[in-house]
Amino acid sequence: MLECRILSPCGILGYGYPMESFLEGIKQEPHAIVVDAGSTDAGPHKLGAGIGIVSRMAVKKDLEPMLIYGIKKDIPIIIGSAGGAGAKPHVEWTLKIVKEILQENDIEEEIAVIWSDIPKQRVKEGLKNNIIIPLDNTSKLTEEIIDDTNGIVGQMGVEPILEVLKRGVKIIICGRAYDPAPFAAVGIYNGFKPALSYHLGKILECGALSAEPGTTKDCILGILRENDFLVKPLNKERKCSPISVAAHTFYEKDHPYILLGPGIRLDLSKCSFDQYENGVVRVSGSEIDYTDPYYIKMEGARKVAFRTFVIAGIRDPLMIEKIDKIEEDILKQVEAYFKEIPKSDYKINFYNYGKNGVMGEKEPERFRGYEIGLLMEVLAKDQELANTICAALRSTLLHYPYEGRKSTAGNLAFPFAPSDVEFGAVYEFSVYHLIEVKDGLELFRIEYLGG
Amino acid sequence: MENTLYELAKVIRSKNSGPFKITLDILFDEKSKYERVKNSGVLTKEIISKLYNIPKTSITGLIFFDQALGIKITFLRDISSGTIGDRDVYGAQQHAPLMEILIP
Repeated sequence: MLECRILSPCGILGYGYPMESFLEGIKQEPHAIVVDAGSTDAGPHKLGAGIGIVSRMAVKKDLEPMLIYGIKKDIPIIIGSAGGAGAKPHVEWTLKIVKEILQENDIEEEIAVIWSDIPKQRVKEGLKNNIIIPLDNTSKLTEEIIDDTNGIVGQMGVEPILEVLKRGVKIIICGRAYDPAPFAAVGIYNGFKPALSYHLGKILECGALSAEPGTTKDCILGILRENDFLVKPLNKERKCSPISVAAHTFYEKDHPYILLGPGIRLDLSKCSFDQYENGVVRVSGSEIDYTDPYYIKMEGARKVAFRTFVIAGIRDPLMIEKIDKIEEDILKQVEAYFKEIPKSDYKINFYNYGKNGVMGEKEPERFRGYEIGLLMEVLAKDQELANTICAALRSTLLHYPYEGRKSTAGNLAFPFAPSDVEFGAVYEFSVYHLIEVKDGLELFRIEYLGG
Repeated sequence: MENTLYELAKVIRSKNSGPFKITLDILFDEKSKYERVKNSGVLTKEIISKLYNIPKTSITGLIFFDQALGIKITFLRDISSGTIGDRDVYGAQQHAPLMEILIP
């Protein structure tokens, strides 16, 4: 094979893509259609609650052309990090949609599912054997945290996907995967250099974000060759430039040219990016090392509280001038009113949008606005308590007679009635640790269905 | 003449790098502008620590990548993405303080 072409329809399955771009991609005779469906970007809620961030209808709409054209062309269709977080409920949700599309279009085709859930017992054993390493500033893992966590997944590398490709199965649903891995697996399976394959995967997993104008909602084609790869937008409106592609290599990683993945360390320091033809960029010089021992990144989320919140506007200049002091006073009043409830059972947060809502303590700019969007949040050990405290907090602030007040009818402009919003459970990433494994296959069970 | 980083850079952005870190990217479309910022010595852990009101030890990296005409600064979040007290789940709006940095 002289070159391997990989079609990435969009940055997240369910974000959508223009049909013209997709058909342009199909016209280029791709060797696989690969799409990333997950991310930790949207926070721990998806993983903790077992739900996604895109709708079922959107996923179905995106998947249908991928499956129909992919099967017709007899090429693999690979979904990475299915359902948003790649845990069992996410994979099952995706599998159901895939089956529905196949049935509606009278397609009979074998499906491979690569599960990425790690049994809690396995993680606990890892703890005992001292083969778990915390990442960044996560806390040390304990048995208690493992018990509290709703499902733990591991980020797979290329190994289990290669197993499935070797069997010739065309529809591959991956649980949690290192974002570039499903793309890289296609390149490596077809005999191309792992370093180039992984680097291309890193660029393709975001759809057309590496083009200009960049977006995750459009298709892009990656072309692997012996000693380099090309990145080619499929929409005439977008072009790749050496800067846009090099810049994308930076994207959402903590280091600009060293990327750590499952069992690998990608070194892009010697890469060159040049304009190959109009809108197409050529990349070469990517290098890879295999790590010993082999580590898999685990992710898990646990429930930490229930939330109720209220949004209100403040326009009175006298109140805005004293806002910090007023919020302090309100906190004290609410605490005094609920003195029978231990303070550790709930927490109140004020977010003053227009002042320092986005950056909080990190905001270097001095406030000079004339209105504040106030978000008041109550977190409590159960939903009823959160609702109760939020209602009291809201009514206390609405009528609070702060010093110097002239607007004695009410302090808050509520955009909605009712004003309080019951949010539900709040999660945190409780597991974000590495676990040592003997190889890239060990943790990932492959299941073959139908056909 | 001094210029702000906003005037010199093509891209100034922030984003999560995993749920526990935020990474700031400053990218240029001309080598001369990149070199000017890099050689000015203005971008240091000290200035980031001051601008963001974070200890220098929280800054895990400040790296210049010549091929991509880019600078990357990564720091630890004090609150992880999407949990209690976080204000920016994607970490996508933490770049603004960089814009006004003056480069000689």
